[in-house]
Amino acid sequence: MQKNVLTTLATSAILLGVVTVLFLPYWGGVSAAAERPDDDHDDELMLPRVMNANWRSECSDCHVAYPPVLLPASSWRALMAGLQDHFGVDASLDTASQAEITDFLVQYAGREPRDRASQPVLRITETSWFRHEHEEELPPSIWQHPLVKSPANCEACHRQAAQGDYDDDTVRVPR
Amino acid sequence: MEKRYRILSAAALMLLLGQSEAATPADFLQQFASEASEEEPAFAGFSSRRGEQFFSATHGNDWSCASCHTRDPRQPGEHARTGKRIDPLAPTVNAERFTSERQVRKWFRRNCNDVLGRVCSAREKGDVLTYLLSLQP
Repeated sequence: MQKNVLTTLATSAILLGVVTVLFLPYWGGVSAAAERPDDDHDDELMLPRVMNANWRSECSDCHVAYPPVLLPASSWRALMAGLQDHFGVDASLDTASQAEITDFLVQYAGREPRDRASQPVLRITETSWFRHEHEEELPPSIWQHPLVKSPANCEACHRQAAQGDYDDDTVRVPR
Repeated sequence: MEKRYRILSAAALMLLLGQSEAATPADFLQQFASEASEEEPAFAGFSSRRGEQFFSATHGNDWSCASCHTRDPRQPGEHARTGKRIDPLAPTVNAERFTSERQVRKWFRRNCNDVLGRVCSAREKGDVLTYLLSLQP
């Protein structure tokens, strides 16, 4: 009985070793590709140190609460002013919550784009940052995957997104 | 001046108490019933059958209540757009439902606008809640 357990443990250890050696070059390649000098955000934790409870609960009702750094202040202001028609869905808030959450988003917003469009970008997926991060390594068909459904569904691949962790190490793209 | 201050603090206290006070589904039924009698003089009580029909039918727009909450509100649902999980709506299986005035107001406002393109009447809200409460766990 005890011998069986030991044999299983030894086999698992050997298997783990083989898998690690086989996939090491691949993992190395992925993380090297993700590191770019122009990255101005922290890949490990995208959320600000000081959190706003109202933002966290209200903005995660229908999707994961997107980190404020993912849009510039002008975009957050425009988006928060139009919550009655939030990409086709009524996401309206009471006035106090709307003001408080807007302040939080604006305070920790990302940089304004260099080539400012006449209208602020409202979709994170339309920012050059998002495209840069997702278009190079992923086939466009990934967004139609039944487990992904939409590019709004960060958690489909970024399993720790709710904790603000978008690090490449925690990404698992469904097959 | 002092009197006005006293009235103000009493009002603030009542507001605070009102917000922290936990409501029950029965409280909401009562509230909807009194509003319904004001809105419709012929109002003669809620109907679980009407509530069920209202819940699963579309009302001019693409979505029904069931689009996200499923046709069995005892089951978890899924946001029709984002796919995010929605906890079961029926208070008989999810004790958190219909216990917060703020949440109930917020979600009827949003969802009635999405599903009907208008606010729901008190009778519609009461019918749906009566239907939800009729669902056995």
